[in-house]
Amino acid sequence: MSKTPLAPLSIVNGRLILPGEGEPVEGGIRVLGDRIAEIGRITPSADDRVHDAKGALIAPGLVDLGVFAIDLPAFHFGGISRAALMPDQNPPLDHPARVRFAAYSGKPDFWVHPLAAATRDLAGAEMAEIALMQEAGARAVATGRRWIVDTGVMHRLMQYCAMLDLPLIVHSQDHGLSGTAVATSGEMATRLGLPQAPAEAESIAIARDLALVRMTGARVHFRQVTTRAGLALVRAAKAEGLSVTAGITPAHLFLSDVALGGFRTFARLSPPLRSEDDRQAALEAVGDGTIDVIASGHDPRGPEDKRLPFADAAPGMAGAETLLPLSLGLVRDGLISMGRLFDLIAANPAKLLGVQAGALRTGHEADIVLIDPDRPWQVDSGKMAAAAGNTPFDKLPVQGRCLALFKGGRLVDQRSG
Amino acid sequence: MTSPNTPSARRPASDYPPGSMAFPHRHLLGIAGLQPWEIEFLLDEAEQWVDLNRQATKHDDRLAGLTLINAFFENSTRTLLSFEIAGKRLGADVVNMHAAQSSVKKGETLIDTAVTLNSMRADAIVIRHGSSGAVQLIADKVGCPVLNAGDGTHEHPTQALLDALTIRRRKGQIAGLRVAICGDILHSRVARSNMICLSTLGADVRVAGPPALMPPAVESMGATPCRSFAEALDGADVVMMLRLQNERMQGQFIPSPREFRHLYGLTDAKLALAKPDALVMHPGPMNRGIEIDSHIADNVQRSAITDQVEMGVAMRMACLDVLTRRRRGVEGWA
Repeated sequence: MSKTPLAPLSIVNGRLILPGEGEPVEGGIRVLGDRIAEIGRITPSADDRVHDAKGALIAPGLVDLGVFAIDLPAFHFGGISRAALMPDQNPPLDHPARVRFAAYSGKPDFWVHPLAAATRDLAGAEMAEIALMQEAGARAVATGRRWIVDTGVMHRLMQYCAMLDLPLIVHSQDHGLSGTAVATSGEMATRLGLPQAPAEAESIAIARDLALVRMTGARVHFRQVTTRAGLALVRAAKAEGLSVTAGITPAHLFLSDVALGGFRTFARLSPPLRSEDDRQAALEAVGDGTIDVIASGHDPRGPEDKRLPFADAAPGMAGAETLLPLSLGLVRDGLISMGRLFDLIAANPAKLLGVQAGALRTGHEADIVLIDPDRPWQVDSGKMAAAAGNTPFDKLPVQGRCLALFKGGRLVDQRSG
Repeated sequence: MTSPNTPSARRPASDYPPGSMAFPHRHLLGIAGLQPWEIEFLLDEAEQWVDLNRQATKHDDRLAGLTLINAFFENSTRTLLSFEIAGKRLGADVVNMHAAQSSVKKGETLIDTAVTLNSMRADAIVIRHGSSGAVQLIADKVGCPVLNAGDGTHEHPTQALLDALTIRRRKGQIAGLRVAICGDILHSRVARSNMICLSTLGADVRVAGPPALMPPAVESMGATPCRSFAEALDGADVVMMLRLQNERMQGQFIPSPREFRHLYGLTDAKLALAKPDALVMHPGPMNRGIEIDSHIADNVQRSAITDQVEMGVAMRMACLDVLTRRRRGVEGWA
């Protein structure tokens, strides 16, 4: 992207996260222009910019599938170099011009991949101009925070997306069951007196959409699958050979609805936090490959949205800064390998969006992050890089921090080693 | 059966931990989290106010000079009046804030309102709000005791306390009693506070309602869910009916009020399933002819509904007295 000619970049003395490799491999990486030129044992030339990784991980920049705001400081802190922007903007991304504008909004330090609104105004009634938005840069279509209630609309939408070979990213909450609920049915919701909906609102929605996938052949990504029943449906659909994928955020992997205690609105999410049993099922699904994508769901919300009674507060969390350290916990716990983690947070989302990113390969854009996977730090909602500090993980000690982030070979962020 | 005018046996003061250890809480936000002896302490404290309220001159000056603000963001008649009378009988300067007339209608946030009330140097704030958790949100932002007068469908602790006081005075004790709580459990903060309060005090609490109006996991609050109204009523010492809260329902929860009465209305035939001396209660306001038949509600032998209102004032006087002791520098509480 950058017009300024850059000297070649050599990152040396690191541990590479390479496609197909479960564990990091010692070596370095050399970048010419904005592209990766060499990987492995590299020899910097005399005029190279040489960056000594000092044993840090050299990994592909994270690709965050489904964020609600472009928040560069938070993304850079979190080692994220590309994000797919949800269409739930004001105004929504339901028009080619808005999609085109959003696609340029992060450049040159960050790439935004806009997700086209499936329906006008995200109302779930009339299809938006999806093909024109694809032309304007949309890499996928999304239903937004809402489920499309009308099965006829959803059917036609899937047919249309299948024709355009665009993945459709869906939110799975049966509207009739979930209604105005802000919590999952169970002891916490009952004790707190919060409007609640059964966890089955998710699996019922997924079951319908799977039936439509069988009819249409559409590629569907369930953005957040958070219940045992929902995950079982996705697992079976994959075994059947359907073109479906599933995602989740760290919140549903590391928190259950107990986090709602004290009416903490930072734990007000959509879908709501689930039972401990569902959380365990989500961890199993990460382990067995049912889940393809872990995303931040980044949605910074200030006090005007969060310092309210629980049910009146807006859902969402600032997740960009904690995506990597929390996910690294899955590796430390022995659930997945380091290589598989970067499939979940970089390679798979990039593949879904059809962009050449998310993996260290020669010829790819040089989106590279250096990571100290063990560095301890504490999440503090009062000191976030994000536009707002609404993290449900406030005060949690975590491990793993980005040391430097390169976008197209340019150093865009560096933190003291 | 004990007569309505019999004060129940109070524990001697020596039974309780000294001073503020008897009730070591800054606010009264809910019954959840209170120890059984803390609840009993408040009930015992209320007895003296029952006596005072029955005298010709109903006045005490212990809260003189203190400002009590009743901030009601949701309509109320009896609870607001009850707190106002309680504050005035204790000598406090009582100010009522109705959300309908306040800047809340102009879009001011709850937090800004809380900060405003705090800056006016209130010595105690009583809050009712339509959202669960709203009272705790305010309590975290103000420097004085906060009393929850009902937050959404979460808790209504003074109602549970006055209900416990009513039962204790009519039945002599609470432990071992079988209490049926029936009707719209899902939308009832009274039911939540009462399930926790009465089960904490040793009652066998049973709850029943149409499936759509029964929340899951009531066992976690010490209650036993029943499959039918009859099962809950069977052998009950106390029958507590709840108001059908149409205003909180989003969508249809029951086919019609008359069908609700058919299944869950307290009629003579239904009441016959309970013990012959079973006490009938209702937190009010009643939907007469829906959840309770008028002649049952008005039967002074069986119905404790007017007692509940009377006990409400005494109970709230006790709560206001106890929670302001630290501010007033009462020995052992300061």
